[in-house]
Amino acid sequence: MSEQSKPLSLNVPEPGCRPGDTPDFSDFEIPRAGEVPRPPIDVAADDIRDMAFSIVRVLNKEGQAIGDWAGALTPDELRTGLRHMLTLRAFDKRMLMAQRQGKTSFYMQHLGEEAISCAFARALRPGDMNFPTYRQAGLLVAVDYPMLTMMNQIYSNADDPLHGRQLPIMYTSKEHGFFSISGNLGTQFVQSVGWAMASAISGDTKIAAGWIGDGSTAESDFHAAMVFASTYKAPVVLNIVNNQWAISTFQGIARGGVGTFAARGHGFGIPSLRVDGNDYLAVHAVAGWAAERARRGLGPTLIEYVTYRAGGHSSSDDPSAYRSGEEASAWPLGDPIERLKQHLITIGEWSDERHTQAEAEIMDEVIATQKQAESVGTLGDGKAPSPRDMFEGVYETMPPHLIRQRQQAGY
Amino acid sequence: MAQMTMIEAIRDAHDVAMAADDRVVVFGEDVGFFGGVFRCTAGLQEKYGKSRCFDAPINESGIVGTAIGMAAYGLKPVIEIQFADYVYPAYDQIVSEAARLRHRSNADFTCPLVIRMPTGGGIFGGQTHSQSPEALFTHVSGLKVVMPSNPADAKGLLLASIADPDPVIFLEPKRLYNGPFDGHHDKPLTTWKKHAQGDVPDGDDIVPLGKAKITREGADVTVLAYGTMVYVAEAAAKETGIDAEVIDLRTLMPLDLDTITASVKKTGRCVIVHEATRTCGFGAELLSLVQEECFYHLEAPIIRVTGWDTPYPHAQEWQYFPGPARVGDALNTVMED
Repeated sequence: MSEQSKPLSLNVPEPGCRPGDTPDFSDFEIPRAGEVPRPPIDVAADDIRDMAFSIVRVLNKEGQAIGDWAGALTPDELRTGLRHMLTLRAFDKRMLMAQRQGKTSFYMQHLGEEAISCAFARALRPGDMNFPTYRQAGLLVAVDYPMLTMMNQIYSNADDPLHGRQLPIMYTSKEHGFFSISGNLGTQFVQSVGWAMASAISGDTKIAAGWIGDGSTAESDFHAAMVFASTYKAPVVLNIVNNQWAISTFQGIARGGVGTFAARGHGFGIPSLRVDGNDYLAVHAVAGWAAERARRGLGPTLIEYVTYRAGGHSSSDDPSAYRSGEEASAWPLGDPIERLKQHLITIGEWSDERHTQAEAEIMDEVIATQKQAESVGTLGDGKAPSPRDMFEGVYETMPPHLIRQRQQAGY
Repeated sequence: MAQMTMIEAIRDAHDVAMAADDRVVVFGEDVGFFGGVFRCTAGLQEKYGKSRCFDAPINESGIVGTAIGMAAYGLKPVIEIQFADYVYPAYDQIVSEAARLRHRSNADFTCPLVIRMPTGGGIFGGQTHSQSPEALFTHVSGLKVVMPSNPADAKGLLLASIADPDPVIFLEPKRLYNGPFDGHHDKPLTTWKKHAQGDVPDGDDIVPLGKAKITREGADVTVLAYGTMVYVAEAAAKETGIDAEVIDLRTLMPLDLDTITASVKKTGRCVIVHEATRTCGFGAELLSLVQEECFYHLEAPIIRVTGWDTPYPHAQEWQYFPGPARVGDALNTVMED
């Protein structure tokens, strides 16, 4: 060894921009809309390796839908999609405010990520099952789950379907293809694979969709899910929402600052691609493609949605402590609602006036629903779930020790 | 009735459940083609096909996590963790997910799941083939915890666990797989095939969860035990000549408190025996319950005989394992007061 040994040093990735810095996304490579072709449904993972390093995009800067992935949605469907995204945003706004007013303990908004869950939901069929994280409420909004019930859950009032047992936003609806949300990250990713395996074992035609954020891909269950999905060719769509941030931690800490999250699928032989998460049309097209692959027994697909968490992590978080306040507006993929709005206007199916009117109508509906929920109760005020309920449902049949404790507690 | 080892009885329970219900699926490491490292699933893949019984990647969290997804779909997974010592990677899925799914979703989703795992020492298994982690599960709301001590119970309790609508941790004392063991390691093993408790009922008779069994009636002291310790306790009673009543708890959660308290109120004395380490072991809960329920009937302090608060050693196996001599000492001590 002729080379002199230098002391080693630890690599700790840093985001490009901290509070006070000017955001710079010039290194962020964005292909033009329409540039990434749509492969056949039965494509081999090896034949689309490059898709894990590019981004499927449909809407260009002028609001036109371009390329192979365009054209699946009618103007009515697009307007419906816009309505869902506007509803989720208005809902978020009101619920975050309700948290600030002390009407509930906690809230997490979807600001900037509305296209992903709203468009994905429209690519599934009744009976399919999502295993969401806490930031995919669009999966409920886009299948018309009652907003009143969502609010009752957030307020933990007497009409909360979960009887006040769960933290706000941890919704559940089997009927609407929405698996029970858990606070433990990554756990549901591998459960989705198991659900899909069960569908295959049963000779069913239903598929599952797993969801995980960029930060949580570092959890062991991400690896477990990928292994099992790959081994058993499970009919599952594995979704990574890369919103650049895991609370205060930038995505380079989970990813090592190299490659992409989609590229992790390569090692498992899972067809993997990236999509513009702020492009409703692209999300819907890619989701439909992956769902179709799963339904035809062609196995799992890994999708990385490239987006930006424009809001704080939660109502308990202040992002100005760790990132630039200008970063969201500098984000090169823009805002999903603005982009779909522009597209509809470009194709002559929408206008600024109709948009303003729709926003007002939706906000009126959200506020009216909120009043209805609050008339039942908010956290600690009004009609609350029975304390007796905390003892119920631990087991199907209450065991003797729980009956004793319930009686001891006075219920 | 057929004479079976505990391994054959467990295999038979799988067979009966799989024949009765297409939703029962069996998987784990080496469980499929090979039939399991302890042969508990031998022949099931051949009989029921690869979609009902199959090998899994070596990933305990993945095994339990996928099984939870399957249970949520509507299947009844009966999965194997090769050794209880290797369940820890799956602990998040068991505690945070399986145990809580019914409660947190208000029964919108449920988790009818059985997690089998060979447990316990006495086989020179060293640190990672001997542990008894039952207290890590009895502490978790939403789990049921079962440990059989003979072939008939193994079959009947496993069938009950598979039929149960909630997640069950099914601990199999691997020291008892081939025959009973009373801690006298220098004596030859008696196979279950020559033992009265090797008689296993045909068909689908269950042994209900939550019911203990008095395996030796006695008047002087109550011994609470489960798994291998049932035989150790019986041997200690015989060797000391103390008229001990030995209770095989069979199900740790939910616990058959009525049988326990009736016995202690009769005898006035209680010795608790388990292989697991002492501090915060399940014995501490048993001791607390007996103290709370039977205080005015107690004629002596309750004694625990357990594994030491150390990792399970290899060379010192018989100094660690709570054998009949140590249990006998406790019986003598509790009778002196």
